[in-house]
Amino acid sequence: MTAMRRFLANGWLSAYAFLYVVFLYLPVIFLPIFSVNTAATPKFPLSGFTLKWYEDLPRTPALLDAAWNSLVVGVSAAILSTVLGILAARSITRYRYPGRRAINGLIMAPLVLPEIIVAISLLLVILQLGLSLSLFTVVLGHVLVCIPYSMTVLTAGFEGFDRSLEEASADLGESAFGTFRRVTLPMVAPAIISSLLVCFTISLDEFLIAFFLTGTEATLPIYIWGQLRFASKLPGVLALGTLLLAASFLLMTIAEILRRRAAKRTQNEGGLYA
Amino acid sequence: MTAAAEGSPAFGMTRARRNALLQSEPVQGFALISPTFLYALILLVLPILVVIAHSFWTQNYLTIDRTFTLENYRVALTEPIYRDLLWRSLYISLMVSFFTVVLAYPIAYFISFHGGRHKSLWLFLITIPFWTSYLLRVMSWKVILGYNGVLNSGLMGLGVIDEPSTALLYNSSAVIITLTHAWAAFAILPIFVSLEKVDRTLVEAATDLGDGPIRSFLRVTLPLSAPGVISAALIVMIPTVGDYVTPKLVGGKDGVMIANAIQAQFGKASNWPLGAALSVTTMLIVTLIAGATVLILRAAQRLAR
Repeated sequence: MTAMRRFLANGWLSAYAFLYVVFLYLPVIFLPIFSVNTAATPKFPLSGFTLKWYEDLPRTPALLDAAWNSLVVGVSAAILSTVLGILAARSITRYRYPGRRAINGLIMAPLVLPEIIVAISLLLVILQLGLSLSLFTVVLGHVLVCIPYSMTVLTAGFEGFDRSLEEASADLGESAFGTFRRVTLPMVAPAIISSLLVCFTISLDEFLIAFFLTGTEATLPIYIWGQLRFASKLPGVLALGTLLLAASFLLMTIAEILRRRAAKRTQNEGGLYA
Repeated sequence: MTAAAEGSPAFGMTRARRNALLQSEPVQGFALISPTFLYALILLVLPILVVIAHSFWTQNYLTIDRTFTLENYRVALTEPIYRDLLWRSLYISLMVSFFTVVLAYPIAYFISFHGGRHKSLWLFLITIPFWTSYLLRVMSWKVILGYNGVLNSGLMGLGVIDEPSTALLYNSSAVIITLTHAWAAFAILPIFVSLEKVDRTLVEAATDLGDGPIRSFLRVTLPLSAPGVISAALIVMIPTVGDYVTPKLVGGKDGVMIANAIQAQFGKASNWPLGAALSVTTMLIVTLIAGATVLILRAAQRLAR
């Protein structure tokens, strides 16, 4: 009887979980569906299959510029925020000192602040300093919002890391830098690559900060934003959006696999020696 | 000995230096975090201070008058347009955090208690849409809810309605639906983490002492997972108050939020001090509401016990 009731309860929960996943994915799936539809407006029934919207993409110079800008901004933001993330995550997981939690809280703050606040406050300071808005200022903003994500990935990779390995290396005569390069780094390399991919993806998809902090150069989301005003451009935007979705999906899947591998590696080591 | 030491020439020296440095562990730790800390200070704390300063100033065309005034706050709090926008933004963000948490709780519960070996796969599956571009997700809701959109054309195809409904897009419900979808993953993770910490033996004890599944859930699991519910509510509520893209794309006239007004002050209207005052007011109010939410949920948690 109880077993029966439990099965029923689980059945409801499983059905709910299934519906929830459908709710999460369904809206996103319409983008690829209508990007290969012949009609210019996205509505049912579908009118026919075509790849012409995709074929038009490489023939749009403004789009290619935006893609290049996004690549430059994404790579710079990913490298900068991961370097800053490594320093902070290492300090947080390895050392104990007063003010540690407060500093960590401050670094993680952009995660919970409304983006518009981050964007306009940076804009005010940049304009006050008389700096001109450019892709560089976009990178500055993106690094700020990427660091918390980088920290999350990296602290998970650094935690559970067995300190005795580093001590052994130091006792065997390695310098602090040598120990980091030859013992710590190989252990945490998957987490670092994962952080790079996560930050690149965030920067690639980020709109609001780029919208406020860029000068005349557009990134891909800003290009999309501009195109949304024209109803006739919608299929092209859907095609571009589909490519961006695929890129994000691919990058995040690789990042997740690496992150898990990093976690498993440090945990196994801890388990063996603890 | 010489052969062994060859790989590390400065054997004795580095060791002495290492010991000296290890004694000042706090110094080392602080030195390591200082670049990131400085970055956050210069690009986050300083700018927010500049915004707060601006909110007490006034602007004459292009020059900023730096005499202290509360005029901007008077405008922000009493002008009907800004007051309405603030209330609406708060209403929308409260609704969104309510719906996200209520929808997310069962799924977090399912993964934590019945996920079995596939827990991390489930979590991955649920967080993946969250990593796709926010702009694109909002855009897809526009495609779904539009006059010539998926929902209208689908319902017409099924014969449910005769002509497209205009009630779907360009109102605050559209904003709430879109934001609830966009922030789903953010609510699931904290609830999942707190459910994972619930001691399963306590649930068993409640069952053994005669509580049914619903009673043991209400009296043991739910109160113990309250911290996750609280942080999920906050993590959704605070950022959604200042959302700009969703109201702009799917909100129409009826769904404009405070962020759109803030942006206008820094763009077309070009009144930085007023924009700054609106930003500070929004932050203060959302902090107050967040504090109140924490207190209410904690009180509810105590009552449930």
